[in-house]
Amino acid sequence: MQTKEASGTRPDPADTMSAGSDSETKPEKKTRTPEQVRRRGTARKWGEISLFTGPALLVFLIFVVLPVGLAAYYSFYNWNGIEDLDNFIGLDNYRRAFGDSAFVHALRNNLFVIVMSLLVQLPVALAVALVLNRKFRGRSFMRMVIFAPYILSEVITAVLWLLILQPHGPLDAWMENLGLGGLRELWLADLNLVMWTVFFVVSWKYIGLAIILFLAGLSGVPKDLQEAAAIDGASWWQIQRRINIPLIAPTIRVWMFLSIIGSIQLFDMVWVLTRGGPAGASNTIATYMFQYGFMRSQYGYGSAVAVILFFLSLIAALLYMVFVLRRDNIDEGKRR
Amino acid sequence: MSAVTEQTEQQEKDGVDADYGRSGFDYGKLLAITVGLSAVAVTLVPILYVVLGGFRTTGQLAENPAGLPDPWVFFKYRDVLTSSIFWHQMLNSIIVAAGTTVGVVLLGTMAAYPIARYNFKFKGVLYVIFTLGLMFPIGVAALPLYLLLRDFGLIGSVWGVIIPQVAFQLPITIIIMRPFLKALPKEVEEAAEMDGLTRVGFFWRILLPLAKPAIITVGVLAFVASWNAYLLPLLVLQGDAAGHTLPLGVQQFQTRYSSDTAAILAYTSLAMLPALAFFTVMERRIVDGLTGAVKG
Repeated sequence: MQTKEASGTRPDPADTMSAGSDSETKPEKKTRTPEQVRRRGTARKWGEISLFTGPALLVFLIFVVLPVGLAAYYSFYNWNGIEDLDNFIGLDNYRRAFGDSAFVHALRNNLFVIVMSLLVQLPVALAVALVLNRKFRGRSFMRMVIFAPYILSEVITAVLWLLILQPHGPLDAWMENLGLGGLRELWLADLNLVMWTVFFVVSWKYIGLAIILFLAGLSGVPKDLQEAAAIDGASWWQIQRRINIPLIAPTIRVWMFLSIIGSIQLFDMVWVLTRGGPAGASNTIATYMFQYGFMRSQYGYGSAVAVILFFLSLIAALLYMVFVLRRDNIDEGKRR
Repeated sequence: MSAVTEQTEQQEKDGVDADYGRSGFDYGKLLAITVGLSAVAVTLVPILYVVLGGFRTTGQLAENPAGLPDPWVFFKYRDVLTSSIFWHQMLNSIIVAAGTTVGVVLLGTMAAYPIARYNFKFKGVLYVIFTLGLMFPIGVAALPLYLLLRDFGLIGSVWGVIIPQVAFQLPITIIIMRPFLKALPKEVEEAAEMDGLTRVGFFWRILLPLAKPAIITVGVLAFVASWNAYLLPLLVLQGDAAGHTLPLGVQQFQTRYSSDTAAILAYTSLAMLPALAFFTVMERRIVDGLTGAVKG
């Protein structure tokens, strides 16, 4: 992949030949010129393309593609990051991961966050967006406040909730004041409860993004459609279900994708809140990787976990491209 | 969900749609304001707790965790504001975020330009390669990236954070820039060509100024991403607290002074203040950027 791309940035006869057929597929190409002029222009064109894309491509290949490739390579070795890389063990690291109940538990935690986000955040965010999608005083202020947690870093969010959730902290006191003292829990230290707490904090930070995205989508729905439906006697709910929700479906699908990818990669928040604890109960794949890769210097094994993480992201992305993007493109094609 | 059901019931009772009808009382608006205010409360209460908590003493906090400052004390904030470590961390955060922003805007716009406005073989492949970068979370690359940066001697240096952040921010930047650059009218390019401007000259003198709105958007996104980053600074900026960025600093402060809750609250609220201030100014841009990226 890399070498092919590198050679592609150099001018070669095959490219010159195909330049003509390219302009057929993309009609917005610059004005046609005679064959000879075009040939001379092609070399210059490739020079310009290399000049413009070269630096970005270089940085991208060295700092994104290469490390990911190296992770795949290291994952076949038993390696502590210092010694020579000569202890090839094939797929043993992968076998070890899937045989380790702590890893499987981490995997299940990521799945929990994915599923709960779709089951809880999506309906709540959609309902709030639909209700807020009208004009009233203070609307832009409300939108701004609701969106604000998205801008806070996961670390600050985690520290903030760490302080609120601590035993004898403000949450306990508020519950006490409301007569709910009996429902107090060790929110971050209870094996069965900790993932629910983590999910709550994740939702607090990220649900504003969903609401804002949905509101932006809703503002793009033509008003005359809604008015026409209202004149035809459609109820508020019918308008939402038949017009608004279907028309912002692409936005919803993109949000679902972002949410799933984010849930697979969850690290900062969990690390600061619990370090994956108690006893690994709130580990995600990323915190598990961090513990084994860095803290125990098992670079080979940590890399294998990273590769699994990558494949999960890739599967989510491919499913999204196959099912969602294709569908949106077909929709777009129909509209044209 | 229940909010929607309530609304439906009200609609049915009224028989008129609140949004479009002319009934006397607008239940829909009432519901919107109720839901909106509840969401505002859920968002603001934790933030206010932290900000107000910084004006209390740890003794006050232990006595009544949920109370208001009584009396108000200012020395926790003063201690943070007069500590050189806090300002060092602020400065580090600014340097790293500014460096990342400049780097990614420059490289990203340059790369997006041919992808948007040239016609060449491998154009599609090039675009796909960059967009696939979205699938590489920094976590996947973290272990080898750390070893790579160690070999380059970049551990402990802000460059070790800036350069990889630029690389990882490139995909979203190119995805946002491409349609914007593509939408600029062809006549601009032709006019520039007639005036004898080269493509490179066109890029610097015409395209960059014209692309300013999109550049601000991707710049803001890059700045925010860098400002909030944790994993990479955690790996690269090891050692002395004066070399940390703010997220690292807050987390370490929280661990080190875990008994002094009031100090942690003051530190945390001062660390989140710049982000919130930046956000209130740039909210429009951030939202536009995100929705723009979503529409792709």
